Amino acid sequence: MAHHTAAQTAHHHSHEEEHESLKTMGFWMFLITDVILFSVLFATFIVLRGNFNGGPGPHELFQMPGVIAETFILLTSSFTCGLALLSLNAGKVKGVIGWLAVTGILGIAFLTLEITEFVHMVHEGATISTSAFLTAFYTLVGTHGLHVTIGIVWMTGLLIQLKRNGLNAKTKRKVNNLSLYWHFLDIIWIFVFSFVYLMGVM
Amino acid sequence: MWENIKTFASEFFVTGDPLIYGADVSIALTLVAIVFALTYFKKWQWLWKEWITTVDHKKIGIMYILCSILMLFRGGVDALLMRTQLAMPDMQFLNAEHYNAIFTTHGVIMILFMAMPFMFGLFNIMVPLQIGARDVAFPFLNSLSFWLFFWGAMLFNMSFVIGGSPDAGWLAYPPLSGIDHSPGVGQNFYIWGIQISGIGSLMTGINFVVTILKMRTPGMKLMRMPMFTWSALSSCLTIMLAFPILTVTLAMLFIDRFAGGHFFTLDGGGNPMMYINLIWMWGHPEVYIVVLPAFGVFSEIFATFSKKKLFGYTSMVLAMMSIAIFSFFTWAHHFFTMGSGANVNAFFAVTTMLIAIPTGVKIFNWLFTMYKGKITFETPMLWAISFIPCFVIGGMTGVMLSVAPADFQFHNSYFLIAHFHQVLIGGVVFGFFAGLYYWWPKMFGFRLNERIGKWAFWFWNIGFYVCFMPQYGLGLMGMTRRVNEYDWSQGWDMGWMPLNIVSTVGAFLMGIGFIFQVWQIAYSIKNHKRDVNGDPWNGRTLEWSLPSPAPVYNFATLPKIQEVDSWWEEKERIKAGKPTPQAPLEPIHMPDNSAIPFIQSLFWFIAGFGFVFNWMFFAIPGLIGVAVTMIVRSFQKDEGYYIPVDEIKKTEASTRGAG
Repeated sequence: MAHHTAAQTAHHHSHEEEHESLKTMGFWMFLITDVILFSVLFATFIVLRGNFNGGPGPHELFQMPGVIAETFILLTSSFTCGLALLSLNAGKVKGVIGWLAVTGILGIAFLTLEITEFVHMVHEGATISTSAFLTAFYTLVGTHGLHVTIGIVWMTGLLIQLKRNGLNAKTKRKVNNLSLYWHFLDIIWIFVFSFVYLMGVM
Repeated sequence: MWENIKTFASEFFVTGDPLIYGADVSIALTLVAIVFALTYFKKWQWLWKEWITTVDHKKIGIMYILCSILMLFRGGVDALLMRTQLAMPDMQFLNAEHYNAIFTTHGVIMILFMAMPFMFGLFNIMVPLQIGARDVAFPFLNSLSFWLFFWGAMLFNMSFVIGGSPDAGWLAYPPLSGIDHSPGVGQNFYIWGIQISGIGSLMTGINFVVTILKMRTPGMKLMRMPMFTWSALSSCLTIMLAFPILTVTLAMLFIDRFAGGHFFTLDGGGNPMMYINLIWMWGHPEVYIVVLPAFGVFSEIFATFSKKKLFGYTSMVLAMMSIAIFSFFTWAHHFFTMGSGANVNAFFAVTTMLIAIPTGVKIFNWLFTMYKGKITFETPMLWAISFIPCFVIGGMTGVMLSVAPADFQFHNSYFLIAHFHQVLIGGVVFGFFAGLYYWWPKMFGFRLNERIGKWAFWFWNIGFYVCFMPQYGLGLMGMTRRVNEYDWSQGWDMGWMPLNIVSTVGAFLMGIGFIFQVWQIAYSIKNHKRDVNGDPWNGRTLEWSLPSPAPVYNFATLPKIQEVDSWWEEKERIKAGKPTPQAPLEPIHMPDNSAIPFIQSLFWFIAGFGFVFNWMFFAIPGLIGVAVTMIVRSFQKDEGYYIPVDEIKKTEASTRGAG
């Protein structure tokens, strides 16, 4: 009987790991769909980016020091997210929690700067309904910001789960997927930075 | 106070049309009847435990198909109303506004709430059985997809009695669908109904791609998969790449309407043509998404009812995959008249014509499959055979439409209407009916009545040609789509009346065909012979190796596959006395039921409803509900349960009879 239970436990473990690997693959598929989502937003922005409707354009609106600060903060957060993953591979739950927390705080800093930028622009009279350029701008950059926000909520939930349950197949998979997501957002931001901001002020 | 309530009610409910009041009454009566029946027969718990919270792919599939048939009824009634108006244009049966609403909802419902769920239903029921899996990759997500579809469809259908239907065409082109030209809530219903169910479709796409790529039974290499599974894979890959475009496009239209954005407006630097490009970048792949699985169904049926291997397996796979890829490069053929210039038009004309090549390959493969086969003519095969001439004509008129200069004549005429109904009914609807008849015994354990089925088949087929062949003529005579009258008695008789009357007669013949199908199902439920061996058609693929209906775990032991049509070959081995030895039974892990998909989708519905009416006190709690249910789910243990070996033995003994 005891033998039987042991076999069943082993069976259960292999099943669990198999299931987690399915979820990782599913997450990659989700990222592919998200790539398409952002491609459409970028394409729309590029089509509409010259249509100022007599309103302000990138030269008047974009304050590059803030944007560059956002970029460096997000890039650093990607690095710390990588460090969290290294700790995960080393099996150090404290390291994972610490680095993920740092990543989350950097994410919040990024969002704060972005929201400040948006509020500033709206105060200058550049709202989403001013021109097609601004509609496309707020939608593209805002969608990225929304993704970051969701990432931070996810991270918070995951930190609680890591504290409670430590590292197991499930939390490991979640940290892995979260890091995929976070790096993905970083890459999207590089494109936002190049196509929206740099090409705008150049 | 009373006055306020009266004003509110007159805006909230659709009023002023006897047809709508009739519908109000019938909806109310149906709801009362359902609630009464569930209470009287004490079925509430059964409904909740067995269906609403289920994660079993087979049950989810059945729910999809049930909803789809209800939607076919509603979309069909819309069609008959339109045809009635067009046969008697001077009777003012439908006024212009009502007509606009009806052709809009007819299109949306037939494509998104009839064809899509019918397809997902067949995927759900059959793909895991065909690849030897015990469920889909993500059973919880699968249930969530279904309930998102369900509540999205409910939201869309509600518009008919509450607030007012969308009336800017099935793809809602701006500027007509913008806030300036459609200030009512109808377009909001359109956006949110489709958005919510579209997210469900996207998740189903991901779910089945992972299922097919990762969960096949040992030995089932990709090139040994049944053709229907291949078609599901190609369709789901296309969903993954196309549906995000729809999501974004609808979101942008929403931003224009809700936040005063200028994506697609005429002022503010917006570009309405951008919308038309984007929506067709989704819309064209979408028609291939629904037709590819129909091709898959036909491939199974032709092989089974000809008692032969499918001719040209590899070329079939290549054809399907190349159709899936090409489908992304043809979108501009929907608006050659937009003025993109000769070079752009030429490119899209050529890519469109190219699609005819793999499609032609498939047609010949099916014909060669039947060649020298021992063909029998049961209902699934009848639908499959009738599909071929129908789809060939529809395909050829499609090639005519793809000739860009000629399209300036055909554009938005009844010629186009006839073309796409011919490929969508002749291809998709015939295909899904064939699939339903073919797999019905697997789903429910008995066959549908053949005699009534044949009546239904002939009414549908004759009705189809009577309805749509005249429309090619009408198109060439200059009748454009979306007209509700053509003043034949007012002195500018265009000579359209006779063909319109013929077409309407055909539409009603198809309606009679549908009634025969409903009768066929009802009759067969009452008078059927139990199918005992699970293989009524002498099938070729794995699903027929299981008892009908399949047990909850599908396969007691996972079969080992050595070739294409593995069940057929296995039957040969069994006859020769050398069956493949089966592995010993082990406990089977199954996922737990969950109420979260239903509740979360309901919150989406509440949020969507709030956005439709601009009621933030609905929208914000709805969104919070969505977020909270997601977090609750993330914190759940969800370990599932094991079915012990004894129980599997018992189930197998009872479902497989003595053997």
